[in-house]
This record gives sequence, structure tokens and C-alpha cells, in this order.
Amino acid sequence: MLDKPVKAPAEDLIQVENLSKYFSISAGLFARPFQLKALQDITFTVKRGETLGIVGESGCGKSTLGRCILQLLSPDQGRVMWLGQDIAALPAEEMRKRRKDLQIIFQDPLASLNPRMTVGEIIADPLRSLMPELKARERRDRVIRIMEAVGLLPEMINRYPHEFSGGQAQRIGIARALITEPKLIVCDEPVSALDVSIQAQILNLLADLKDQFGLTLIFISHNLSVVRHVSDRIMVLYLGRIVELASGDDLYDEPRHPYTRALLSAVPIPDPKRARQRTIDGLVGEIPSPINPPSGCTFRTRCRYALPICAQQRPPLENTGVRMVACHRWQELDLKAGA
Amino acid sequence: MADVLVVDDLDVTFSLHQSEVKAVSDLDFTLAEGETLAVVGESGSGKSQAFLAVLGLLARNGRATGRAMLGDKNLIGLSPGELDLYRGRDITMIFQDPMTSLNPTLKVKTQLSEVLVRHQGYTPEQAIRASIEMLERVGIPEPVKRANAYPHELSGGMRQRVMIAMALLCKPKVLIADEPTTALDVTVQAQMLELFKNLSNEFGTALVLITHDLGVVAGVADRMMVMYGGRCVEKGPTDTLFYDPRHPYTLGLLHSTPHVAKRGQRLDPIQGLPPSLEHLPQGCAFHPRCAFRFERCFAERPPLLPVEDVREKACWYQGELAYGEVA
Repeated sequence: MLDKPVKAPAEDLIQVENLSKYFSISAGLFARPFQLKALQDITFTVKRGETLGIVGESGCGKSTLGRCILQLLSPDQGRVMWLGQDIAALPAEEMRKRRKDLQIIFQDPLASLNPRMTVGEIIADPLRSLMPELKARERRDRVIRIMEAVGLLPEMINRYPHEFSGGQAQRIGIARALITEPKLIVCDEPVSALDVSIQAQILNLLADLKDQFGLTLIFISHNLSVVRHVSDRIMVLYLGRIVELASGDDLYDEPRHPYTRALLSAVPIPDPKRARQRTIDGLVGEIPSPINPPSGCTFRTRCRYALPICAQQRPPLENTGVRMVACHRWQELDLKAGA
Repeated sequence: MADVLVVDDLDVTFSLHQSEVKAVSDLDFTLAEGETLAVVGESGSGKSQAFLAVLGLLARNGRATGRAMLGDKNLIGLSPGELDLYRGRDITMIFQDPMTSLNPTLKVKTQLSEVLVRHQGYTPEQAIRASIEMLERVGIPEPVKRANAYPHELSGGMRQRVMIAMALLCKPKVLIADEPTTALDVTVQAQMLELFKNLSNEFGTALVLITHDLGVVAGVADRMMVMYGGRCVEKGPTDTLFYDPRHPYTLGLLHSTPHVAKRGQRLDPIQGLPPSLEHLPQGCAFHPRCAFRFERCFAERPPLLPVEDVREKACWYQGELAYGEVA
């Protein structure tokens, strides 16, 4: 379990192909339900050992995407491949085995822990269903090892969640995710509910555990500073579509999509002089409703560079060699880094 | 600039079943006209309770002593009836979650205009007209339509704008904003912070920004006050505290904040957890987490004292603050 992963040329752990997810929204007893297109035509890969950040405003589909990858939601179109195999096509028994490779950490640490179970029971819970062959003794040993790895004292094993602070509760959530020795963890806003000093502790912990257990992480957050801090590559979502996907450095130093640029320019900078100097890219208005998105490029209603073509044709997601970007004007625009 | 709010010796105590808990101790600060003061701290630092106390909004088991002078009137100890002469008119507060602060059963215009009818003697028609103007000022598109909407029909950013419009209707001298942008997306957050800056220029309103986000502080605050365990541990001009922090807790907060320009570097967080107010450590409340502590810190609480005329800090350690590799 503590073996370092071999640094071979990284293979694709996950391939997501043309994934779309729709939700039906009831409009009343006799009206036809709306269709909310939460995700449309999402294609990307995640390499073994990397951290892929997913950013976007509320309602852009980032959490839905995380849940589709884990098959907690089933996509309406497209597929998720795990090491070359379509996860949704796996027989139930196979899927159950795969489940232990795929785990998730949630945003609200206390709300995601059962208040009537002890810490030991919570952390061991995935083992009962996913690795039933383990004996009680082995289970307990494992729980204690993991508790130590995430910085919880083993004597806390019989305590209940309400006795813990937010930061410690998040450590419990992380321990629960790690107990099955997963290969991939989806972290859905794992530090958003925590105090600054605790946030930093948890980010460092995730970095350590990633090295120690050879994890692959999908890190979902609306906090661009945090995502930048942890991610190798970053995907920017807008209204359920990928608008840009690039390495952290390329994306932050030289954004190619006007939306990425606008997001970056709005990130608060903890440095007073630079904060005063920089100009915030005045992104007008708010994110449109995904029930009735704008025609063509969905970002055009807030984009200062929009042309008539942007209303008529949806820009394809182009591969430029270093990045993926979906903008009609990506080649001509000079968008310097915001920060 | 004249001081609009002077707080002196403020204590806030809550009675529990068996014991008493002090949430705020010996707090002193001034707020000048048009100035923006950031109050920074983690949960339980007393930053919100101090300002709820100033407005007489403590929970029923809470009690405040000391002075909070708004002009020549001490707000501490006033009855709710007396407070209502000032609250909403001269001093006002907005909260983190605009949904729970707006009345879901009333139209936006009804909630907004109420304050003008009550404090400024407007007729309902005048008040609604003024409310719609204010909605436009805070950047709400189609203000007439939004004024006739209910809060649930608006987005989060829009609701927060409605709250700000409501707070500014009477052109208050002091606006206290408690984590006003925490629940918002970065793009909306940036719009809100711009709005705060413009409004304080335009109306001369002094702004208190209660937050844990140092990125927000850096962009808008003139001065900052860092709180820990119910006390101010360091205060001074924003630039001074950011570029030359002298309290180990201020330094620790700065090192805990991820910065887009410093990718991949390991964060240097403060060890341990914020203290529970029921069991505050002896001596300096921060000493269990402090990298610079020495014997004196365990036994004696450091007083808040001026340092080099520009700042005050409460720390016994006088040496250089540097640890590990810090930028």
C-alpha cells in the first residue's frame, strides 16, 4: 500500500468521451418538463498520477461532472472509460470491485458524516461493502493506519463526528475515501468550508497523501487560487461545456478563452499593491440560465470580444497542441494573464 | 477625517448553563469617515460577535459592556427602541447569506422602501421610487422588474446587491459587511468589491469588512484588524500588515493563503486548531500554535501595544519573524 508508483509514461486512467447529462425540471402538472442541459459533449482524459482541476461558476456543471465520472449519476450520452473499459457497461459484480478504486470527498465535512456512527465505523464503512472479505481485526488495523496517515489520533476511533471541528471532520472524510486504497479521488470543494489555516493544512495533507499512495485527483473548486495551487492541468467549464483545458502554467499565464481571462482577473490577490494596480476584467452580468442557454457560443452574452458569428455558430473545442479551447477568436485575441 | 465610530473596551460575554464564555475582550478601535476597515480572523475569533454587539443584535444569552460611540451616542446598553433610531439609518449591517436575510414573502420593493418610510418620513410612493433608483445604482439591470420580484426569483449576486441597496438607502455613516462575498462566485465577488469601493467614495460611508479572505482584504481595505481568541492581536494599515506582519498569527494567515502566482509551493500553515473560547489557553491565547513562543507566552497575556507609531500588536516576541522558506 505504501509502494511508490512507478514513474512510467503516464497512461490514461480515465477517458471521458462526449459525455452529456440532462436533468428534467418539472414545470407543473400539465406542462412539458424543461430539459436542463447540465453537461454537453464533454471529452477529456485524466492521466495516472495527475491532478486535474475543474473550475467554473456555480451551475456550470462541475459537481455533476464529478458525479458522472464516479457513476453516481449516469450520463445520458457518451461514456466514461476506466483503463480502457466502459464503466457503465461493466457487470454489477465488476462495478462493485471497481468502486473501491473510485472515491469522493465532499465539501461539507460534518454533513457528509453519519452523526450516529463512530469515527471508526465511518472510516471502515466502505470496507464492509467493497471488501467484505476482510476480517474485523484487519479492518480495524487498516482504519488505524489510515487515521494516522491523515493526522487523526487512533484513540479518537470511538468518538462521534459532532466532537470534531470542521478541519478534523474533513480528515475523517479523507480517511474514509482512502480506506479502500482507491486509485482516483474526486475532491468536490474539499476545503471551501474550512478556515484559512485549516484549509492550508488539508491542502498539504492531500498533496502528501497523493505522493504517498500514488493517487490521481480530480479537484473541483470555485476557488481559482486553490485549484492553481494543487493542479497539473485545469479545465474551465461554462454552462456545461469545456471552454478551455490546459496546464496550470499555460492557463494562468496565457489564457486563450475570454472567460478564463475574466475568471482569472477576478481572483482576489492577497497582495495589496498588486491588487490595487490590476484591472478587473469587467465581466458583465451573471451566468445565463442553463435551461435556455444563448445560441452559438454560450459565453457571448457576457463576452466583450463577441462578434456576430458567435451568436450563429458554436465554436468547436479545438486542440491547439498545448491546450483545448473553444472560441472563434482564440488565435487573434491577445489576452494577457490577469494576475 | 473625523471618526464616525469609536469602540472602547468592548467585552461580549455569553452565559451558558454552568459557565460564562467571553467571546470578545477589551476591543478598541476607531473608524474614520469613508474609511474601509477589514476585520480578519477565523471562526470563533469574535469578529462577528463584536459587531453584532455594537448593533445590539447579540443572541439572548449575550451581554456587551464598554462603549461604542456613534458620534456622541453610546450604542452599548441602549434599548431596542432607542437603537432603532440609529440602526438602519446611521449604522447598518449586511450578512453573508442574502437569502436568509431577506423576507421571502415580501417583494423586493416592499422590503426596500420600508426603511425610508420609517427613518426618512417618505411617502410609500416616494420610497419606492427612491428604492428603484438605488437598485439601479448598485448595478441591478431592469430595476423596475426586479423591484417587483420576490427574493427567490433573484440570483445570489442579485440578492446581495438588494441587501447592499437596502443598507445604503439611508446613506448610513457606517456599513458593516459580515463576509458579504463568501457565498458568491469570483466574478460576482469582484463586482461586489468594486461596488463597495465606489459606494464608499460616493456616499462617504465608512465600511467594516468582516472576512477571513485576505485576498478580499488586500483589494479594498485601508486598515486591518486581526483577531484571535476574542482579542485584537494586530492592527494597522493594510500594506504594513501584509508586507511586514509582526504578529506570528498575522504571518501565519498570510502563509496559509494560496496565491495564484506561487503555484505548487507548499503552504506553510499554522499548526493546530483555533481555540475553543470556553477553554482559552493561559497566557497568550495563540501560544499553543505559535512557532516563536517562549516561557513568558505560557504565563502572561501580552497587551496590545503600539509599535513604531503605525501599528499595534499583542505579542511578547520582539525578534524577526521568519521561518522556513518564506517569500
